[in-house]
Amino acid sequence: MSETLTIAPLGSALAAGASSTRDMLLNMGPSHPAMHGVIRIVLALEGEKVEDAEIEIGYLHRGFEKDSEVVGWGQVFPYTDRLNYVSPLMNNVCYAMGVEKLLGLETTERCQYIRVIISEVSRITDHLTCIAACSMELGAMTGFIYLMKAREYLYELVEELTGARLTVSYLKVGGVKADLPDGWLERLDGALTKGLAEIDEVHKLLTRNRIFIDRVKDVGVISKEDAWSLGFTGPVLRSIGVPRDLRKDEPYLVYDRVDFDVPVGSVGDNYDRYLVRMEEMRQSVRIIRQCIKQIPQGAVRVDLSGRPLTGAEMVDSAKMGMTTDLLLRTVRPDPTMDGSDKLHTRQLNATDKQVVLPPKEDTYGNIEGLMNHFMLIMEGEGLKPPPGEIYIANEAANGELGFYMVSDGSGRAYRVHCRPPCYYLMQGLDKMIRGDMIADVIATFGTINMIAGELDR
Amino acid sequence: MNETPSEHPVTLRLQAEFGDAIVETHAHRGDHTAVVQPEKYLEVVRFLRNDPECSFDFLVDLTAVDRLRLKLRPRFEVVLHFYSSRSNSRYRLKVRPADDAAPEVDSIVDVYPAANWPEREVWDMFGVRFGGHPNLRRILLYEEFQGHPLRKDYPVNKRQPLVEERPVPQDRPSTFFYT
Amino acid sequence: MGLGSEQGGYITSRLSDGIAWARKWSLFPYPFVTACCGMEYMAVSSAHYDLDRFGAAWPRFSPRQADLLLVVGTISQKMAPVLLKVYEQMCEPKWVVAFGVCTCTGGFYDNYATVQGIDRVIPVDCYVPGCPPRPETVLDALMKLQARIQASHHPLADSVIAPAKL
Repeated sequence: MSETLTIAPLGSALAAGASSTRDMLLNMGPSHPAMHGVIRIVLALEGEKVEDAEIEIGYLHRGFEKDSEVVGWGQVFPYTDRLNYVSPLMNNVCYAMGVEKLLGLETTERCQYIRVIISEVSRITDHLTCIAACSMELGAMTGFIYLMKAREYLYELVEELTGARLTVSYLKVGGVKADLPDGWLERLDGALTKGLAEIDEVHKLLTRNRIFIDRVKDVGVISKEDAWSLGFTGPVLRSIGVPRDLRKDEPYLVYDRVDFDVPVGSVGDNYDRYLVRMEEMRQSVRIIRQCIKQIPQGAVRVDLSGRPLTGAEMVDSAKMGMTTDLLLRTVRPDPTMDGSDKLHTRQLNATDKQVVLPPKEDTYGNIEGLMNHFMLIMEGEGLKPPPGEIYIANEAANGELGFYMVSDGSGRAYRVHCRPPCYYLMQGLDKMIRGDMIADVIATFGTINMIAGELDR
Repeated sequence: MNETPSEHPVTLRLQAEFGDAIVETHAHRGDHTAVVQPEKYLEVVRFLRNDPECSFDFLVDLTAVDRLRLKLRPRFEVVLHFYSSRSNSRYRLKVRPADDAAPEVDSIVDVYPAANWPEREVWDMFGVRFGGHPNLRRILLYEEFQGHPLRKDYPVNKRQPLVEERPVPQDRPSTFFYT
Repeated sequence: MGLGSEQGGYITSRLSDGIAWARKWSLFPYPFVTACCGMEYMAVSSAHYDLDRFGAAWPRFSPRQADLLLVVGTISQKMAPVLLKVYEQMCEPKWVVAFGVCTCTGGFYDNYATVQGIDRVIPVDCYVPGCPPRPETVLDALMKLQARIQASHHPLADSVIAPAKL
């Protein structure tokens, strides 16, 4: 006879003791090698079998939503990097698209292609990290080392493009920070080839490995109805057999112009999730290669009116040519640093408020760039979406990443809410591990790819 | 807010079914929203799920907004986003609990099990109660925390440490070692 | 054996140097990983930036077996008691490295949820700024920590000479 022990709230269960003398409460985490960051799972065990589980999160709550109300719209980008920190560019893309939706701004085609390329690069790094960590926790340390090597190739390129390996803040509202360096696309192609070679090696090591299959097959199963009603999205949902992918169902950016397949599993166990992720990496490479062929030349950034700024203009807007107006009048910054859409910025730019920051060489190099930059960063300068609210969703590596933003017309966000994909996956985790053994908890937890930065925000 | 009233088929259906309980509707940048009275909230949610023309079978997100700085009443607003796999469309529903001091609405966990944790988070961050929720405790913060941080009147850096803080050493000896 | 205090002092300090040398080349880190810096920690331990050449590759996930507490990533207020507990469970000698600017001073999370630097909770030996710090920065920090270990006195050496000192 097995009594299900319901553990909620925690205190009373511990005070009352287990209702059966055979059940034991075991605490996993929050500081635990396999708890990818910080999660606490309290298991009610009967021997090795998990009868019930309670998941406690919030150990990495860093107040992203409160902070985004304090800094300006454009300054939230570094906070979004740290949400899903293994695919930071995708978070940036989603947030930028959200603010552009609030503004009603359309970006240039080249910018959209760049965004697709970097999103897919992020997706590959995310899946690489997930499979690497998962295989390490199951004991296959080799998989970890090989996939980290593959990830390094991509990190080197991301660093060349954005300046940072992990926390990139590459996107700006209206475009990207800077255009692709020369030859970057060819180097990306080379890195993807090398990376695919590593992925193939790990595929040979793991996919038909008896031990690996025994650990992950038929473990962590959840039914389609449960998954759908719990709000699952992403590779976990696709591994159960639901072919839902935002890139196909509600295409955004240029995903409708590239050809790719969406891998869908059948059983919904850990093995399917592993296979879905491996295949998604290949499809991402396919998307990137098509984008490399299709990407047009052109401007990568637009200003607030939607007018594309050419590369030369992005530089010249801070250079000597535009300062004839400045020479004619004294710059009198408002002592309250408010009301900036008045005298100075309007004359610095041809038609209307500029949303784009000048490049750093000019910010630090000449006074005009510095002033332009200064103007744009101070609160209320330039970037003021009209009042309203929107919801934007992207297909992130883990599922549907959404941002719900409310604007009150000022330079600061009124409310930014992030809909993290793994929040809903973790809600369903206790259903997935019920009936399995403790060691299976590690495998299931690993393949869900919980990222605490995203979960706890 | 400069939005237009929503002409979405779901809005029209809701207005036909519930009449005055739909307080306002708007459409902005392609998103359609309806605001419902708290008394009819649970019924409307059930309707959105079960009605064959709406059939919103997926709860995308549940969150809240504190409208104190917008100087609007009622103060709190619970926002839900739905998705329908049948018609591949999205919809937003809002409800404003009447009481500002002790805001409360019904919990929709029985209709959408995905609402379990988001409702706990709204309780944690805003202090909006959900009547009928099986386990309404703090989720992102600890039980000892006083107050609800995402409210507009909670200062952003008001910390409530759980561990007694050590005095940070002011005059550390030089620890720069050449290797 | 009749060793005088000078010769005893010389032998003690040589012994202490030897013990320090052994300790610094066989650190057992406890990677207390919470956030994004964890990705850089994984990169540091991997083949490209190899931590193994410092003898510090083997993570020991039990505080009883580890001597280097690498606090990697933001510590929120909810996590602080856990960190303190883990630190208290470690045995001497132990060192703490604050990896990443969130652990040094709280980073840019100056809000209700974050501890403004872990030195408000536990004593820290080495601060590694960066968000996240580059793997080379981490290796440099490890080398500085090793220099510190080498330079500090190890009481274990005294217990060998204790009978003569009395």
